[in-house]
Amino acid sequence: MLGANIILESLKKEKVEYIFGYPGGQVIPIFDALYDYDNFKFILPRHEQGGIHMADGYARVSGKVGVVLVTSGPGATNIITGIATAYMDSIPLVCITGQVSTALIGNDAFQESDITGITRPITKHNFLVKDVKDLALTIKKAFYIARTGRPGPVLIDIPIDVQKSSCNFVYPEEIDIASYRPNYDGNLKQIKKAADLINKSKKPIFYAGGGVISSGATQILLKILEKASIPVATTLMGLGAIEKNHKLNLGMIGMHGMCFANFAMQEADLVIAIGTRFDDRVTGKVSTFAKGSKNIIHIDIDPSTISKIIDASVPVVGDVKIVLEELINYIEENDHSDWLEKINIWKEKFPLIYKKDDILRPEYIIEEIAKISKGEDIIATDVGQHQMWAAQYSYFKYPRSFITSGGLGTMGFGFPASIGAYLGSKKPVWCITGDGSFQMNLQELSTAFIHNIPVKIIIIDNGFLGMVRQWQEILYKKRYSETKLIGNPDFVKLAESYNIKAMRIDKKSDVSSAIKEANEYSGPILIDFIVEPEENVFPFVPAGNSIDDIMRGVEK
Amino acid sequence: MKHTISVLAKNQFGVLARISGLFSARGFNIESLVVGETEKPEISRLTIEVLGDGKILEQVMKQLNKLIDVIKVFDLSNNSIKRELFLIKLNFVKENRSEIIELVNIFKAKILDVSKDSVIIEIVDEQKKIDSFIDLIKPFGIKEIARTGKLAIGIG
Ligand SMILES: Cc1ncc(C[n+]2csc(CCOP(=O)(O)OP(=O)(O)O)c2C)c(N)n1
Repeated sequence: MLGANIILESLKKEKVEYIFGYPGGQVIPIFDALYDYDNFKFILPRHEQGGIHMADGYARVSGKVGVVLVTSGPGATNIITGIATAYMDSIPLVCITGQVSTALIGNDAFQESDITGITRPITKHNFLVKDVKDLALTIKKAFYIARTGRPGPVLIDIPIDVQKSSCNFVYPEEIDIASYRPNYDGNLKQIKKAADLINKSKKPIFYAGGGVISSGATQILLKILEKASIPVATTLMGLGAIEKNHKLNLGMIGMHGMCFANFAMQEADLVIAIGTRFDDRVTGKVSTFAKGSKNIIHIDIDPSTISKIIDASVPVVGDVKIVLEELINYIEENDHSDWLEKINIWKEKFPLIYKKDDILRPEYIIEEIAKISKGEDIIATDVGQHQMWAAQYSYFKYPRSFITSGGLGTMGFGFPASIGAYLGSKKPVWCITGDGSFQMNLQELSTAFIHNIPVKIIIIDNGFLGMVRQWQEILYKKRYSETKLIGNPDFVKLAESYNIKAMRIDKKSDVSSAIKEANEYSGPILIDFIVEPEENVFPFVPAGNSIDDIMRGVEK
Repeated sequence: MKHTISVLAKNQFGVLARISGLFSARGFNIESLVVGETEKPEISRLTIEVLGDGKILEQVMKQLNKLIDVIKVFDLSNNSIKRELFLIKLNFVKENRSEIIELVNIFKAKILDVSKDSVIIEIVDEQKKIDSFIDLIKPFGIKEIARTGKLAIGIG
């Protein structure tokens, strides 16, 4: 069988549903083979970066591996930001890149780039396949590595001569890589130690990250929380792990987290960190983080996250779900009434606030979306202030319903990821974006139109690179250096030129009817919301400051 | 502090770049690096000597362990036998021949080649011994030194 066909047959064996790709000289044989296949739905973006973010969004909502297929050189370098985005958030992707002929590698051939060299630090692993006989096994390994352990992107570079050579096709059923055997079961002694600390603790708190969602641990986490009445705070990536209004859920912690969630983290005598990595956006100044806790339990699949930032007194290396399923057996019932009472007082005293006047403010728009979608749809965001408002004011009911670039903070992620998120979930998607971020991948309006994706593009149009402007206002004496977005296009006309329905809203009183219309519309729709330009995101802990110095927000 | 790390990894292209990349990404300079096959030809052993903070090093070791091609990582800073091989080209004139030969004998070094005015000496030993050997022969005029970098193997 031809190498090109081996690739596609292997993808078939992996039950791949969608391929997000873009053709070019060094992948023509694969695209030629694809011409005769109807096993895959092929999504052709308008830029390879758009394509990889779509694959990423697909993977985030579905938990399946996203597949990307691009050509060598510029095609491959165009997916780098997408690879890094997926790597930082532990998203499983398999990216296949074409490469110049093996004989030409290293000769600066036309459209050659050393893509395995370039992506080495931002992939979980990568391969260069030099012999067609290795192709099937390599693809098997790539999928296995991408989705097991701590998931992540894997790249396979395939020279064109390998695509054109032939050999027998045998797809391995089983695979074992001796040097790669993730440890799923936590050490029982450590788990018992953890349970012991939890049972003795007066003021425990769970600190849950994206790993809780990717390991499917949300149900068992809820059981533990309820059994011992322990509150939970989540990271940005952990939003949706527990239903937002559950009485034990304190919501997001960190730089723009809820005051009461941050206070609880500071005051807790025991922090149980699960599927998370103590990112600096969560901890603020590390030396004062969780300063009340005598002990930190850290449960994570990746041993290198443990004691990287903060020393864990009880480390447990393992899959969060499997470890929690064991842990619950040793957890005693408890009501922690004093502790919860204290938190409830904070909750009442320090809620999220924004000014409720007649001005069209972004927070209000997100609240209206939350009211109408009731947590049943997918919320995807770009990066900036709008991302934080979406995280703060959206209503989350289910895991895998909030799609955001947490680790890398990639502007331009949200819109293409929304398209992938729809394909992976078949649920309507609200894409909360900014006038800056949207312009980084707006070419995918074509893709949304062609596939009639029910994505509701909500532009929080403040005419600024708002998040940077906020830092400049608060930390740099309002010196707005290069953050005013002059010369924005007319987003409504722009969308219309792509055959996409669009409207502009600049009055608060028109918001709810516009949102209602978007909700009822079955195809792609764009609403350009002209909002208060200098609204700030609060609470706010400036980078490097202690969580104790949280700025609650003042009404301007 | 100086650390000696030993890494067992698959013997294939790209592995060395992955491993060295983890050090360079953190601004660690590799002092020495020795790569060779083990008793199993498909597995190589890398012996890496680096200067650095212990905590960061622990992190690097965890990251090394995470690499798909890495089979095992050991810290051989303590409790190990360490050896390095030096080849030294030295001025070799009549007046100091006997003195050089005497030092070679004392240090259990070896003369590999003698030519009209130079000699090539091989010494395999631990760092401290080699350092003092070099101190002693320096006055005769060293022309060139080539060294392998440190090899280490755990005791017991
Ligand atoms: C690709 C990329 N470039 C630069 C940044 C730095 N950055 C973070 S937020 C931000 C402003 C985003 O502006 P906009 O999308 O309009 O959203 P807003 O903050 O106004 O809601 C910038 C420039 C980034 N995160 N990503």
